[in-house]
Parts: sequence; C-alpha cells; structure tokens
Amino acid sequence: MSKVIIPTPLRKFTNQEATVEAAGGTVLEAVNDLAGQYPALSKHLLDDGGNIRSFIRIFVGDEDIISLDKEATKIENDTVISIVPAIAGGSM
Amino acid sequence: MEKITFSQAELERYSRHLIIPEFNIEGQRKLKAAKVLVVGSGGLGSPLLLYLAAAGVGTIGIVDFDVVDESNLQRQVLFGVESVGQPKVEAAKKRIEALNPHIQVNIYNTHLNSENALDIIKDYDVVADGTDNFPTRYLVNDACCILGKTNVYASIFRFDGQVSVFNYKKKNGELGPNYRDLFPEPPPPGLVPSCAEGGVIGVLPGIIGSLQANEVIKVITGVGEPLVGRLFLFDALRFETRVLKIAKNPDLEPITELIDYVQFCGMPDEEAAAVVKPVKEISVQDFQKLLDEKADFQLIDVREPHEYDIVALDGELIPLGDILQNSNKIQKDKQVIIHCRSGARSATAIRELEANFGFENLYNLKGGVKAYAEEIDTSLPIY
Repeated sequence: MSKVIIPTPLRKFTNQEATVEAAGGTVLEAVNDLAGQYPALSKHLLDDGGNIRSFIRIFVGDEDIISLDKEATKIENDTVISIVPAIAGGSM
Repeated sequence: MEKITFSQAELERYSRHLIIPEFNIEGQRKLKAAKVLVVGSGGLGSPLLLYLAAAGVGTIGIVDFDVVDESNLQRQVLFGVESVGQPKVEAAKKRIEALNPHIQVNIYNTHLNSENALDIIKDYDVVADGTDNFPTRYLVNDACCILGKTNVYASIFRFDGQVSVFNYKKKNGELGPNYRDLFPEPPPPGLVPSCAEGGVIGVLPGIIGSLQANEVIKVITGVGEPLVGRLFLFDALRFETRVLKIAKNPDLEPITELIDYVQFCGMPDEEAAAVVKPVKEISVQDFQKLLDEKADFQLIDVREPHEYDIVALDGELIPLGDILQNSNKIQKDKQVIIHCRSGARSATAIRELEANFGFENLYNLKGGVKAYAEEIDTSLPIY
C-alpha cells in the first residue's frame, strides 16, 4: 500500500484523514483505489473520462509525475504520493 | 546603473544587513535600486510590505482595489482599527512610509486586469503575487511571462500554504517554470470553496508572506538559491513542510497575450450568471414581512454548522454539500426560502434542486443573513 498525503481542502472527503493508504501498482491505480474508498473525493481528482484533473498535481516522492511516466508511474509499497491542488487565497 | 549611495541614517538602519558577509552593502544597494510590485495588500501583502519596506527595497508598488474591513484585522497586520473604511493602498502606504521614510511607495487603487496589468507591471523588476483569486493569479503569471519579470508566488487556504518563484531567469539564461507549468488550468468554480466558505487561520499568511518576502529579497540580491523549479508546501495543522520539484511542461503553449481571465476561470460575472440560470429571489424586507405575518413557509440554511453557530435565522440547517441527499426534507407544497451567508451558495442549492428534482417553489434570500443583519436586525453579527 502506498501512502497518500491529502491536502487540507480535500480532507473533508477523507474523514479529515491527512494521510491515507491506497492499493495499486501505478499512480492511476492508486488514485482509482482512493476514489473507490472515498467516493465524494472522486470528482475532485478525476474528470468524467477518468483522467486526473489538470488543477491537481500528483507527486511521487518529490517528483511531479509529469516528469516520470505520468499516470502510469510505477509505485512501490512504501511510496509517498502527494496530491497538490491549486489554491488561490492570499489577500483574503 | 547609477551609483547607489546611503545617508548616515540609512547606514545605521540597515547595519544588520551590512554586517552579513554574503549580503553586505552590495546587497543593500541592490535592494535600494529594486522596484517590487506587490499585488494584493491583504493577508500575504501585509508581511510582504512590512518586511520589504523595513529591508529597504527602494521602490514598492501596491495594487489593491479594496477598503479595509473590520474582518481583515484578524490577519492583515498592516492595518489598525483607524484604517477601517480607508482604501487599503492608502492605509498601507501610510503604514510603510512610517516604517521607512527612505523608500518610494507607488499606489494603484484599482483591480489589476487585462487592460492595465502590462502597463503597471512593466515598470517593476519583481512581482510578488498575494492575490486571493484564480483569475488574478493567472493574469499576474501571464503578464510576468510576457514582460520577462520574476513572479514570487505564495498562496494560502485554511491551514495550507504554497510558495514558489516563477519565471526566474537563471544566470545561464535558462528560464524557470511558471504557474501554468504547475497548474495549466484553474479548478472550475464549485470544486473550490469560496473565500467566505474557506477561511484562513490568521497566522498563516504571516508565515507564508514572510517566506515570500525572503524569496523576493533573494531574487533581488542574488544571495542564496531562490525557490525556482520547486514548490514549498506548509501544512500548519500538522506542522509538516515539503519541497517538491516543479517540472516545465513541454506541452505548454508560449504565453504571448493576455486573455479574459474571469472567463478563463469559468467565473461568470453576476449579470452573465443571471442570464445562465436565474433563480427566484426574495428581499430581506419581504422576508421580514412574511415573518411578521407568521406566514407558512419553510426556511432552509445551506451554510456550515460552524457558521450557524455565529449567527442564524433559525432555518433548518442543511449544508450545501448535503442538499441533494436531503431533498426529501424540503417541502414541495409551500414556499421554501433558502439562504446562506450572502446568497451565492443558496442560489447554487436552488439551481441543483430545481435541475435534479424539479422544485418550483424555492426562493433565494437576496444578500443572505449578511443583508438581513445589515438591513433588518442590526443587532446580529456580520461575518
């Protein structure tokens, strides 16, 4: 199981859990597993076609999967996956 | 560059910089020669402006259209009680000129938009983005890319902070990633909570804005390694920090012109939204009449429970996120008035209920509990 770090804006969909475990051998499998465990999280991570949304970045370790094998990036048991959403606040 | 000199008073003021070997008077000269534009003088802008002014950045520009509100003081430490009601740029200028009389402060009491952004930004060396919305973030990024300016970025949400340095030209001429390399597109509205729903812990902009100020100073002076091609993340709840690598996106089209950013971010203005799907409304005055007449209607409050605790009109609480699952609790055979804080979430609730369940009896309380507290019962708190 890989460890997935959930950012605070999305924690309301994971019962306030900051890190959760996900099964799968690739990033896409892990994200799908996560969406299965937390259905309300799904629409924030995946579009209607099942692709990872463009305002969400996924990192494996400290690398953006865009510079690895994208959604097909292989993950190991102890891999740390970070979900990083666009946030806009600052002057508020 | 003309030779930058310092008065006796300035040398004394900056002495703790001057005695740092790798900073010294050269670093201080670069600060004095530098022109930094701070976009947004709120939560992030407060520590940014205070530290940049204190550090001796020679010319500071401030863009903001807003006026200081009581609810700003929880985190916008630039302002005091006496600033409430004043334009933010004017209150900010007064404050930082009092802190450092040796600097030049230019103010722009306006919305940064596609018409004025290039003209305002072109006169500055570095931009520090402390705005609070996606359209302005993309606008600042794109304008910086077009003009070749470094964009020192920071953003916060509730307990999360992000910092990076975008569009930075390294000594070898290589250009670092920009905001669009990280996030090519903004989230559609509805998938991100609005400011009023979101909230932010008051100290967080102080922490993140200070890191942002530090990066601005590093970019200007060339001291250290700026946060280029890297994204700093801070989770204040768990006190966890991470630095992730930002890759340049090879598929990204070059940015050559500014666009309509409100449209790009899918945020129709109020008029456009009304054309898309109007909802029936009731004014707070007419709502009060119904209360006085003890009329038979149902009142639904779609805010969050913690907001209900601040102030409530005694409606049935069904947060927006739960409204569709609880549609059976909403009457179909009498008038139903739905409200939130200011009217946006309740309008969304009505649209969703109408589209999914065919309701025809739903009315949006115009201006929400905020308007009710302003116009009907002024003893109620406004948040």
